[in-house]
Order: sequence, then C-alpha cells, then structure tokens
Amino acid sequence: MEVLITVLSVTAIATLLATLIVIADKFLNNYGKCTIDINEGNKKLEVEGGQSLLSSLAANKIFIPSACGGKATCGLCKVKVIEGAGPLLPTEEPYLSDQERNDGVRLSCQVKIKKNINIQIPEEYFNIKQFSASVVSITDMTHDIKEFRFKMDDPDTIDFKAGQYMQIETKPYAKIKEKAIRAYSISSLPSDNGFIDLIVRKVPGGICTTYMHDYLKVGDQVSMTGPQGEFYRRDDSDSYVFMAGGSGLAPIKSIIMDIIEKGLDREMFFFFGAVTKSDLYYVDIFKELEKKYPKFKYIPALSKPLPEDHWEGETGLVTDVMLKYVKSGEGKHAYLCGSPGMIGACIKALTGVNFQVEKIYYDKF
Amino acid sequence: MLNSPNISPFVIFFASIITSNMILSNFLGMCSFISVSNEYKTASGLGKSVTMVMVVTTIINYVIYKYVVVPLSLEYLRYIIFIIVIAASVQIIELVMDRYLPDLHIKLGIFLPLITVNCAILGISLFMVIRNYDFWQTLLFGFGSGLGWWLAIATLAAIKEKVAKNNIPKGLEGPGLTFIITGLMALAFIGFSGIFVIQ
Repeated sequence: MEVLITVLSVTAIATLLATLIVIADKFLNNYGKCTIDINEGNKKLEVEGGQSLLSSLAANKIFIPSACGGKATCGLCKVKVIEGAGPLLPTEEPYLSDQERNDGVRLSCQVKIKKNINIQIPEEYFNIKQFSASVVSITDMTHDIKEFRFKMDDPDTIDFKAGQYMQIETKPYAKIKEKAIRAYSISSLPSDNGFIDLIVRKVPGGICTTYMHDYLKVGDQVSMTGPQGEFYRRDDSDSYVFMAGGSGLAPIKSIIMDIIEKGLDREMFFFFGAVTKSDLYYVDIFKELEKKYPKFKYIPALSKPLPEDHWEGETGLVTDVMLKYVKSGEGKHAYLCGSPGMIGACIKALTGVNFQVEKIYYDKF
Repeated sequence: MLNSPNISPFVIFFASIITSNMILSNFLGMCSFISVSNEYKTASGLGKSVTMVMVVTTIINYVIYKYVVVPLSLEYLRYIIFIIVIAASVQIIELVMDRYLPDLHIKLGIFLPLITVNCAILGISLFMVIRNYDFWQTLLFGFGSGLGWWLAIATLAAIKEKVAKNNIPKGLEGPGLTFIITGLMALAFIGFSGIFVIQ
C-alpha cells in the first residue's frame, strides 16, 4: 500500500509539472504567425513563431549550411538579418567578427522567431535541396580512398556547379548513437545530373568516413543536402592552375572535366601531390585527357616514391614541382584543394610568382 | 529536528547573507562558483539568476512540502520531489522570461539551465525542512541565501579580475588560487559570526 502511494504521488507530481510545462510552452511559446521576408521581398514565408530561424527555414525547404544541427557549436549557419532578430546572444558572440556584427550577421540556429523578420541570404541557398540518393557503386581508389556513386532518387536530378559539395547525413551505426553531417565534394560532371560521385578518404576514427567506408553498401539510401560551397570556377581567365592532394582531387576533377566537356579553350595545369605511387588514382583518366587536349597538363608529384614504384615522373613537394612549370601568375587563376598545410604552402608559393591573392580559390579540409 | 520558531525572519535574512552564507559557510553551489567566476559581469548575472530562482523554488517547494509531502507522509522522498520541482520551475521561469522579459532573458536566461543543477538551490529547500521554518522564515531565508550567493560569487570574480593582472606562481593558476581566495573570504565572513548565527 505504502509503495503504491509513493509511486502514485511521485507520478502525480511529475505529471502535474510536465503538464504545466506543456501548457506554458503552448501559451508562452506561441508567437502566432510571423513572416520571414527573404532578400527584400524576393520570397516571403509564413511561419509559426517560437522556432529558430534555421529550423523554420528548413521546414520551408531553404537549407542554410549547418553542421552541428543547431547547437551553436559549428558557426556555419550565418545569416544576415536586416531587422527583427532581437539583440545578439552570448552564445553567438564567439563566432562573429566585428565586421559581421556591424553587418547584422547572426547564427540562424540561435535566432528565435518572435515577430516578422527580414533577412538576406545568398541566392545559391535557394538552390540547396534535400535529396534522397542510393548507392550505385563503391570503388576502391587507393588503400584509404573510395569513390561512391550515388543515384539521385528524390528529387531525381541535381543542378550544381563543378567544384561544389554535398552534405551527407549518416545514420547511427555500431557505437555511434547520433546522426552526423559531413561535407564531401562532388567529383562527377554537372551534366551527369542524375548521379553524383563523391570521393572519401577514410580518416582513422572519423565518424562519417568510417560509416561510408565500412557500413555503407550498394543499394543503401542516404539523405544529403546541397549543392553548397563557393569553390567553383570563375570564368574571367583562360589559364588555370589546379592543385590537389588526397581526396582533394574530387572538385578539381569535376572542374577540369567540365571545362573540357564545354569545349572551352583554356590552358590548364593540374598538379597532384602524393607520397608514393599507390596514392595516385584516376591516373588513366587524366593521361587520356592529356593526350586529347594539348592545353591540359597533368603533373603528379611523389614526395617519397618507393624503389618498387619505378617512378619516372616528378618527385619532391608538389609546391616545388609547380614552380618548375608555372613561372608567372599574370592573369591566371589557381584552384587548390587539400589539407590546410598544403594549401598554406601553395598560397605562399603562388603569391611568390605574382598570383593575385584574390584569384587563388581554395577548399581546405 | 531543530525547532526554530523564535528566530525572526529578518535575522535569518541577514544571517544567510553574511554569517551562514551558502558558499562561504556551507560550501554549496561550488561548481558554478568556481567555473563562472572569471568575469565580474557574468558572475553577477549568474548571481542574480540564482537569487531569483532560489526565491521562486523555495516558495514552491515550501507549499508542496507542507500541503502534499507531509500529509501523504512522503518526507523520505523530499530529495526527489524537490529536484523535480526545481527542474520544472526553472524551465517554466525560462519560458516566462523569454516571453515577457526578453531583455532579462538575454542577460540571465543562458544561466538558467546551469542553475537547475546548482546544489545550493536544493540545499535551501532541504535546510528549510531540517530547520522547520515557517513561510516567512523560508521566504527570507531563500532570498537572503540568494543574495549571499550573489555577493560571494561577485566578490570572488572581482578579486580574481584584480589578481589576474599580477604574476601568479604557475602552480596556483586557475582553481588553486580560487580556492585560496575562497578560503580567505570564508575566514573574513566568519568574523561576522559574533553578530548572529542561525545554524
């Protein structure tokens, strides 16, 4: 009897409090209908107030890049708010520079919609969609790099610029209980719009790369959002220098093949940095392109070729090799994709031969 | 159980600020006291939030204890019940603040989830039972303890801000020095105990 009273009363108290919270949430967190005005009337959304700007936009199929899922830890979901966001919150402060604060930039996951709000987002964001795609093939490229080919199921076509990336959402697996979101560059051609290829290098202990390498099977469905990213080709030059390391080859391959497919008359150098011959991949594709297009040069450079590699190509650091071929950056564009260390060294080398800093585009990972 | 019907609520109020300070004589609520005391402004904000939550939760806990827990003779469950009540009321306070006092919510709201697990707040409710306080004694005890907590953390933060500008021996940086300062502050506060003590 005593046990029963105890259980019942504790349950009753807990239920009462939970009900109170639910009621309070319903009445206090109810801000009625609010309008989100995007890019000065370009698009107007009617939403229920009380939610974050990020989730309200996502509910209306506008996806702001975000990796942490609204916890204010990644700082990616920046959006310029013209009015209606309330003051800056302490949770946002670490992610915003003085310039951004003056411009009214906010983290959309922290801004709660309580009244009509006026925001500005880049046009590309309208193009970001959520896709469901299934794995068509998985191919080993090197000992730790695989190529994944996805067929777009819903929507069944994708419109992207060569060089952009997709964000993949992993499902919980093994000991990983939470979903994770990671970005990978598309390596296939924009014209092949029913499919995308992603190149993923396995990072020891990496949540998403382990998932993709060890758990993803042909036929599996994956949810992804995109296309995103500012790393795509600008057309105001006819001479390009490309440089990549490891899985950084993905966006570069897409850009080069896009130029060739479009029949553009461009001079292109592609430097690929690796340690041994076994780290090289897609060699045949690029060799073939080199034969067909005299203006395209593919220069792989190995930093430590093994004796059994019988390597006759360039050796040494890819930045040093590049300087042998590229003497002046006058009027040229450079596109770099690789580790922060490689990119830092490349920028230094390129500015040394008169590349304009603003004409060096890069994607660090 | 102690019976304290004769102590004036005002004596309890002042005693809980100074001589029976939650931090400096009971060492309750130490976690946020140590970790959120690097900046005077933030510390003071946390102190205000704690004061507010203490007052509200002690009143609610008093009512629930007197009219639910005692009649059903569930005294042995008071720990659980007090914790649930504190957690729920903090959540509701946050919603109310966000709606009606948005400015205050921005200043203090971020601390509210931290406060839910502040043991000083649970301590107040438990002391109120052990010492057999009536309503007014409880109310002023909660309010005074909150102010005392605020006073202690704000003072510590202010001292730490001043000390940070000096050369601190390597081994004492961080928590080491914080404990020494806290100890000295506790000694200083004992000096007031000639005036009145409630425990």
